[in-house]
Amino acid sequence: MRMIGCVSTASGGTLRVLGMDPVADGPRIRARLGVVPQSDTLDTELLVDENIFTYARYFGIRREVARRRAEELLDFVQLRDRAHDRVELLSGGMKRRLTIARALVNEPELLLLDEPTTGLDPQARHLVWDRLYRLKQQGVTIVLTTHYMDEAEQLCDRLVVMDKAKIVAFGSPRSLIDRYSSREVLELRFAIDATPALDKLDGLADRIEALPDRVLLYTNDGEGAADAVHSRGLRPESTLVRRSTLEDVFLRLTGRSLVE
Amino acid sequence: MTGALRVLEHNLIVYRRTWKGSVFMSFVSPILFLAAMGFGLGGLISHGPVRTVDGLSYLVFLAPGLLVATAMQSGFVETTFPIMARIQWERTYEGMLATPLRVLDVLAGEFGWLALRLGLGSVAFFLIMVLFGTVHSVLGLVAVLVAVLTGLAFAAPILAWTATRRTTESFALIGRFLITPLFLLGGVFFPIHQLPQVVQGIAWLTPLAHGVALARSLSVGVLAPSAAIHLAVLLAYAAIGIGAARITLERRLVT
Repeated sequence: MRMIGCVSTASGGTLRVLGMDPVADGPRIRARLGVVPQSDTLDTELLVDENIFTYARYFGIRREVARRRAEELLDFVQLRDRAHDRVELLSGGMKRRLTIARALVNEPELLLLDEPTTGLDPQARHLVWDRLYRLKQQGVTIVLTTHYMDEAEQLCDRLVVMDKAKIVAFGSPRSLIDRYSSREVLELRFAIDATPALDKLDGLADRIEALPDRVLLYTNDGEGAADAVHSRGLRPESTLVRRSTLEDVFLRLTGRSLVE
Repeated sequence: MTGALRVLEHNLIVYRRTWKGSVFMSFVSPILFLAAMGFGLGGLISHGPVRTVDGLSYLVFLAPGLLVATAMQSGFVETTFPIMARIQWERTYEGMLATPLRVLDVLAGEFGWLALRLGLGSVAFFLIMVLFGTVHSVLGLVAVLVAVLTGLAFAAPILAWTATRRTTESFALIGRFLITPLFLLGGVFFPIHQLPQVVQGIAWLTPLAHGVALARSLSVGVLAPSAAIHLAVLLAYAAIGIGAARITLERRLVT
């Protein structure tokens, strides 16, 4: 992200942003970018609306235009009534929205977001998603990183799964699910110490995964598999049929062990 | 250049809310010193056996020294904690560098702003000096510029240092072992030639002694050849400091 934002030089390979070289044309590229870093860099010495105004000035935007954009953007992220507050008084979700508003002040062609909703409550997340979706509709190219697979599923047309700094898969959310997972997942939960030997489940699914607390059966027909489990005389404490998600894809591709 | 002006404008907007706090430090406190030492101590001296210091009444001797020393202190204060905050705690510079602004713009803006602040403080203090009758020549006006330059001669290298730090312990040490001793022994309150030879040598290695000597001679209308040396030392400190700050801040913010 920092390399695309032209504040880190590429450690290898070639990088072109908007057709330009970040080393030679950093300021010209950044003039057309919006950047939402992982942790907010809001200006706590300034008020909420001043944050957007001064940021607009960094881009060389004229004062009256800057003032007008500050108002519009505060409306856009629903912070108009906090315009004259100090930044420290805002909640985490509000700060995030203000950071996004600030990143939009130069009407960027490319918006970089580094984990835009990490740490936000559900309401705030949905509001951010809604605003990002609108920007996408307006034709802004959005590049975002996230650990939330539902976020990726909601917002991304194309996504890249990274593991240990390597690209392990690339495609639309749908195509990744088709390629790396089944249509449905049957989750079986057995009483403690009553998990049956996996060979009893043989042939019931495309892929079976045993976790400490449950067994996952990846199949195109979850209900059918559940019936088959019962007809083999197995009695799980609970069964759940759900659609496959990007999370299944992600865990399959990058493994379940903790990444520290 | 326009980039630097944007950074300067940012600082001006911040200053609109914080100026009250800084007025004490850069204005009220030196006036208290001037009154207490100049009239209090100065009164004693004028009744003593020598009556004057280096041929000047104590108030006339002291005032330009305080003018310059205040700029030194402001230069130090403004380039330690506030800059650390913008680099590391609030990460204001990181936000700035995500726009077309470059590290050079940030530095030029900060030093430009600092020069403006030092200028304002020095002009205000200079007016008090005029009021107290300690300025004996039009040349004295130039002492304001000398104060600004001395402030920058401290601020630039200190900012360069701050940009390399992740913690703040060294700031107190700079205050305790550089700024305060210089304030007390750097020729502000009494002539440097009264000090032991070694301490004199050390004092002349720092910008303060040169700034004070230059401002003092200007305020009584004397422009000696030594002025060129004083000026050269101040310019060298400021220029080398700015160059160093450019390197250290660039290293810190752009990887």
